Amino acid sequence: MIKNYLLRHAQVFFYSLGQLTRTPVATFLTVAVIGITLALPAGLYVAIENVQRLARGWEDNGQISLFLKQDVPGSSIEKLAEKIRRLPAVSWVDYVSRDAALAEFKRLSGFGEALNALDRNPLPAVLVVHPAAAYMHPDKLQTLLKDLRRYNEVDIAQLDLDWVRRLHAILELARQGVLILASGLAVAVLLIVGNTIRLAVLNLRDEIEITKLIGGTNAFIRRPFLYAGTLQGLLGALLAWLLLALGLLFLSDPINILAGLYGSRFEAENLGFLATLTLIGSGGLLGWLGSRLAVSRHLRAIEPH
Amino acid sequence: MIQFTHVFKRYPGGFDALRNVNLQIQAGEMVFITGHSGAGKSTLLKLITAIERPTRGEAVVNGKNLLRLPRRRIPYFRREIGVVFQDHKLLFDRTVYDNVALPLIVTGADPHDIPRRVRAALEMVGLLSKEKMYPITLSGGEQQRVGIARAVVNKPPLLLADEPTGNLDSKLSDEILDLFLDFHHHGVTVLIATHDGHLINRARQRVIELKQAELVSDSGAAA
Ligand SMILES: Nc1ncnc2c1ncn2[C@@H]1O[C@H](COP(=O)(O)OP(=O)(O)OP(=O)(O)O)[C@@H](O)[C@H]1O
Ligand SMILES: [Mg+2]
Repeated sequence: MIKNYLLRHAQVFFYSLGQLTRTPVATFLTVAVIGITLALPAGLYVAIENVQRLARGWEDNGQISLFLKQDVPGSSIEKLAEKIRRLPAVSWVDYVSRDAALAEFKRLSGFGEALNALDRNPLPAVLVVHPAAAYMHPDKLQTLLKDLRRYNEVDIAQLDLDWVRRLHAILELARQGVLILASGLAVAVLLIVGNTIRLAVLNLRDEIEITKLIGGTNAFIRRPFLYAGTLQGLLGALLAWLLLALGLLFLSDPINILAGLYGSRFEAENLGFLATLTLIGSGGLLGWLGSRLAVSRHLRAIEPH
Repeated sequence: MIQFTHVFKRYPGGFDALRNVNLQIQAGEMVFITGHSGAGKSTLLKLITAIERPTRGEAVVNGKNLLRLPRRRIPYFRREIGVVFQDHKLLFDRTVYDNVALPLIVTGADPHDIPRRVRAALEMVGLLSKEKMYPITLSGGEQQRVGIARAVVNKPPLLLADEPTGNLDSKLSDEILDLFLDFHHHGVTVLIATHDGHLINRARQRVIELKQAELVSDSGAAA
């Protein structure tokens, strides 16, 4: 019973496949249009993902500087550094003593001789806190900053995150934009598939009429069209993926050169496994839905007379 | 099998194609419907196959009231009826075999049984040797017989034919009639719309005459 059911579905499936290859140009055009339409939001998504990945690399430089009060003795500083080091939000802590700070300042500023005239070191000791990777998020960093401010030894705690914040906001906005674009283009795919299926339905008018006359249910008549629509959607999604892969291939050299200039080994990545699955799944689903809507609408109009 | 009580059919536009038709056909009967062109013969068959709905009256076919049959039940209702169309209504991009197999595929018959059943139907109409051919390469009489094989492959209890011998010569017409008589003798209820007097005389079965949308004579069941 179940075997027969599967056998029948397989027959219809291969029949639909045959129909698609019988009109190769129309099928190719439909698949190409779907492919390009899906490649657009998917490409933007890939771009955003990559920028975000890149930004995550920059955030590693995002650090919190704790300028300590002048009168804190060295031993307390060591203890404080150790305490902070143990916080889960912290990856590691660099301790720049007052002397080291002065030495560095002398070296970098060129004011060496002038500073020698001072009777005491005006610079505070600094603890440079490097947050753990998992806490490299503006909100979490703010929380960490507040926590660090609470230590008595800390005079000023400073985190310059404005640009990271802005980048995240822009990326979030872009992400929303892609979502809106994707919904719009999803409707476009529905219409493309719907139109192709509409033409197929009209071409097979006689066949549909005869099938109705000999007792074919709407579900039976719909089936090959649904397979055809789904297949076109799937093929379109595969094409979109291929277009992305090709695009990245062409861009990989310039990206490598650019990254090299900044001393980074950044490499652009294509859609991840889950995103690829989503792309292919959306293609199939949109194809199915588009043909389902078109077939249901046009099947009603074809009645034997 | 078929029971019409005060059945009216008015087409959109106001034309009365059937007026107050009362008709009763028992299972296993063979009945000819005759009458001038435009008398309403095809309309009667279209009501029986639920292609058209009666405007008024009660029409019961195979135990189903045609006025109240829901749309989604119509396919299942039609599976109980084999129909031979005057214009054959064959699929010209499929072989003879595939055309005859269609009702079996539509009803979800066991795929292992299909070849045997299709060939049995083709054998009955004498077209077994042409199963791989396309309808377009067949003569009119052969196409008609493909249509008959398709109508009976599901072994429906009721068989309808609209002008089955339309423009065939008398020898071919006789062959087709013999086929229908054969189904009748096997217990199938057969209903044939025709204005071919020769056919009706030869068959010696019940004859119903329509005239201007009304049933004007009924010879009663054949002796
Ligand atoms: N769909 C329709 N809409 C309007 N009028 C119709 C329709 N179908 C048939 N008619 C009219 O109904 C009348 C009966 O038609 P029907 O086809 O039943 O006649 P018939 O007896 O089969 O004739 P013929 O022997 O020429 O086939 C005709 O006058 C025809 O014009
Ligand atoms: Mg007619």
